[in-house]
Amino acid sequence: MWLIMTALAAVITTAIWYIKAPEDKYKLGLLSLIFWGATLMWFVDHVMAYLTEGGEFFEINLDATLLGFSVIILALLVWEIVLLVSDPKGVLKRIKR
Amino acid sequence: MACFLVPMGEAIVTSVVQKVVENREKKVGGERTKKTGLSWSRRLSWLNKLLWGGTILLALEHVWHGEVVPWPPFLTAMKNPGDVAPMLHEIATVGVAMAITVTVVWAIMVMVAELKAKAVPEAKGNPVGGGG
Repeated sequence: MWLIMTALAAVITTAIWYIKAPEDKYKLGLLSLIFWGATLMWFVDHVMAYLTEGGEFFEINLDATLLGFSVIILALLVWEIVLLVSDPKGVLKRIKR
Repeated sequence: MACFLVPMGEAIVTSVVQKVVENREKKVGGERTKKTGLSWSRRLSWLNKLLWGGTILLALEHVWHGEVVPWPPFLTAMKNPGDVAPMLHEIATVGVAMAITVTVVWAIMVMVAELKAKAVPEAKGNPVGGGG
């Protein structure tokens, strides 16, 4: 389930990044690459597990869904930290003054 | 078990390479490929973002499943000698496959960006944003 949720987040973020492109003031490119990196790695993990162990390709239950939400929250958190540190709007600089 | 360690290792190496390349480009005065405007440091930054993003999110998944803990030996498989061999096997198979897949996708991404930029003469120097 977390693979589906991360892939969905990657697709949505990429679409928003493309709509705003070539401007990338709010680093949506970074957020989409974070999601795509995780999506690719989990896809490989799922395929390898499916080929070697069999069973269901997607794990769909409450635990897997909660993990999906946690993963998206962590990615957004990392992105927001990078955004606040780089401060593209200069908001934090103005507060300092 | 600990498959994300391989992409993490690659991310560490490519981050160092990116810094070195960035410094070299600054010294030369912003060396860019003449045709596309894509610098190597920028291309490598895409790879780093893919690798670090995947590593961070996969690390959370491993913590969630109790495969990684915040205290030594950090990997739960290390506690039981019988689990070490399967863990190393997983690192060597799944981990390496993950790193190769991400790198191949990045290489395709760079090639497409280069081709697109070449197709548009005098592109505004920003063929693909990709998070700068």
